[in-house]
Amino acid sequence: MSEEKKVIVFALGSEQYGVEVEAVKTIERMQPMTRVPKCPEFIKGVINLRGVVIPVIDLRSRFGLPETEYTDNTRIIIVSAGDYEVGLIVDSANDVIDLDTDQIDNPPEVVGGIKAKYLRGIARIGDNGLLVLLNLEQVLNKAELLQLSAFHEEE
Amino acid sequence: MELSQYLSMFIDESRDHLQAMNDNLLSLESNPQDIGIVHNIFRSAHTLKGMSATMGFEDLAKLTHEMENVLDLVRNNKLEMDSFIFDCIFKSLDALETMVEDIIQGGTGKADVTDIVASLKSIVTGEYKTSGAAAGTAPAAAQAPSGIEVDEYQFSVLKQSIEAGHTVFYIEVAVRDDCVLKAARAYMVFDVLEQNGEVVKSTPSVQDIEQEKFDRTFSVYYISRLDKAALEKAIMNVSEIETAQIVQVDHDSLAEMARSSREQLGAEAQQETAAAAAAPAAPASAASSASSAEQKKPAASAQSAPVANRTIRVDIERLDALMNLFSELLIDRVRLEQLASEVRRSDLTETVEHMSRVSSDLQNIVLKLRMEPVDSVFNRFPRMVRDVAKTLGKKVDLVISGADTELDRTVIGEIGDPLVHLLRNSVDHGIEAIADRLAAGKSETGTVQLRAFHSGNHVFIEVEDDGAGINRPKVLDRAVKNGILTQEQAGRMTDFEIDQLLFASGFSTADKISDISGRGVGLDVVKTKIESLGGTVQVQSVPGKGSKFSVQLPLTLSIISAMLVKLGSEKYALPLSSIVETAAVKQANIRTIQGNRMLEFRGAVIPVVSLSRVFDVPDFDESAEAETEIVVIRKGDKLAAVTVDEFIGQQEIVLKSLGNYLTNLFAISGATILGDGQVALIVDTNALIK
Repeated sequence: MSEEKKVIVFALGSEQYGVEVEAVKTIERMQPMTRVPKCPEFIKGVINLRGVVIPVIDLRSRFGLPETEYTDNTRIIIVSAGDYEVGLIVDSANDVIDLDTDQIDNPPEVVGGIKAKYLRGIARIGDNGLLVLLNLEQVLNKAELLQLSAFHEEE
Repeated sequence: MELSQYLSMFIDESRDHLQAMNDNLLSLESNPQDIGIVHNIFRSAHTLKGMSATMGFEDLAKLTHEMENVLDLVRNNKLEMDSFIFDCIFKSLDALETMVEDIIQGGTGKADVTDIVASLKSIVTGEYKTSGAAAGTAPAAAQAPSGIEVDEYQFSVLKQSIEAGHTVFYIEVAVRDDCVLKAARAYMVFDVLEQNGEVVKSTPSVQDIEQEKFDRTFSVYYISRLDKAALEKAIMNVSEIETAQIVQVDHDSLAEMARSSREQLGAEAQQETAAAAAAPAAPASAASSASSAEQKKPAASAQSAPVANRTIRVDIERLDALMNLFSELLIDRVRLEQLASEVRRSDLTETVEHMSRVSSDLQNIVLKLRMEPVDSVFNRFPRMVRDVAKTLGKKVDLVISGADTELDRTVIGEIGDPLVHLLRNSVDHGIEAIADRLAAGKSETGTVQLRAFHSGNHVFIEVEDDGAGINRPKVLDRAVKNGILTQEQAGRMTDFEIDQLLFASGFSTADKISDISGRGVGLDVVKTKIESLGGTVQVQSVPGKGSKFSVQLPLTLSIISAMLVKLGSEKYALPLSSIVETAAVKQANIRTIQGNRMLEFRGAVIPVVSLSRVFDVPDFDESAEAETEIVVIRKGDKLAAVTVDEFIGQQEIVLKSLGNYLTNLFAISGATILGDGQVALIVDTNALIK
């Protein structure tokens, strides 16, 4: 059965990614951040979002992509998944689209350097565009975070 | 009537009453002659009965009703409390609690209470003494004699009223056959009556009448200054009332009633409902339970009822919301103070200062709102310890101190279960069996002390017993056997370390698995739970003298005083409670002893911790400075000097959680938002001292 799904579209490098609109709380401009010491590299710090302290993750760094300078287009997408409320730094966020669930296919092994387990699916949009849907639960997977921080400490 | 809106009120109040009954019953057990306590229990039971009947929880009402009957005999000196009665009533309370819990869980509060009801009834009839403890089924007819006792009290009220020159009436009111809202009409009649006098007793009870549990008629004993005709007119003014028979009661008829009701005592009693229609004389008074008027009277006549504080109940979420709003305000206040000091206009400064003062007062109040005395957790323990001790055939005194120590309610809500474990453990494993105690030259009765007290920013709760202490060889043996330790490790452990093995998972020293504890899932669960609350637990023991479990809990105040410091471009907050003092020292005074940087400070040598290195601060390193600022921090009796770049100042900060995503951070306990909107991390100074 096909369903309409609203998806926020954002860019990382040359790829377009999407997260379900239900998971997104707000989209913020880049703002000063407080560094949190002894954290995995991809956690850039915490921000004050209207009185709530929210950790911010650089998605590029999370996926092991090369980091770039932040620009005027850089956005922080505040998402909530499970118990977590986290900000994701992306190159830009510019669109909301309707997606038919029929359009979504299983993701291939690797897309744009991102492993399949972080992906929920891949959808064809427009004439030639591809939209990669993120699996937020996996992106924010805590067990992996713990492993990473253990690894970090060994360093 | 839509009852669900009253449900939460019902739940809260039933809990209060159950707790009150438990407490009172315990004090009665140690002081069985004090009828005043029985009165208190009776009142609680009575109110509970009324409430549950109104809410339609029949089983609750039924059980409380039977309890009431027993209590009533006791308070009128017709029955002596003995251990069977105590156990029976305790059991009833347990059953009531279970039912109330069920209601809280969304259940119907139904439970099979026939056994308890039967034993209660056997107490009322006096059968239990002859037929042995668990009288299977008591004759149903044995239900009502209590009514007489209730009335004896009312007799005296009536008698006194007559002597005082008031007029006492027996009124029987019948509503019309076609009346739709019988309860409403009855209510209107009561309303009329209560405007002009006092209803001493009604049959059926007011609760039953309110629920329309009467046929067409109801009768009341009533004290008034009105005369008969005026009274009749007033009642008949209520529409849909068919008749109102009014009989004046004088000395003689009162005496008659008293006598015949006493005759009734031994004889089989009447059912409540049957009595409703009965004649003015004896039988009517012989039936039914206490009315609400009866309940009012003892309170009015200045019994020893404790005067309750005037309180309202507030949803905890509202308090949390208040707290959050207040913290927003606090952040703005700090910002305003900064601005005012920049602008330097005296009227602005004055206003801001005033606002600061008001908001500090407000802060105190808001914080206190969230604090609750630990008593709300402790109060159920005497009962529990009693039961456990009784099951084990031990004699144990529980001595509670510091029950008024206050803790944040979130901690209060969580700390109950771990403490239950610790107390059970102390009674089960700590306190020896009576024979062993006597053999060891101790008194027969063991003592378990439960203490709570404040110390610094923490609350300590201690459970100490005067039992046998920890059997260390046995603990080691068990730990090795259960694979927690190797033989080799075991040999190297200090006594203190051995004691802490009790908290290891999968560990139990009890030879027999008992109901009480000893399933090996006790103390490790306690430890996990307390650590999840940000606390610690440890045990100290002296063989032969006893053991002491100490639980240390954070106050989890949401607002704390802190010292803000700067490290290059980064700002951190250090809780003031852990700071001893601040100072500036020359780099030359920091020496390296055996690879550790140490500082001589007020006659002692203390370690130096570089915060910038601990936190990998990118743009500051104090080693470049000739003189560096230090903050001396304390953990227990250990001190350490923390080097920082610059002091910003002391401030009230609002604790903010870092959320669920960032956990287990090293030396960071949380965050706060500064006046400029930036987030500053709060340093967990305990982690800096090893």
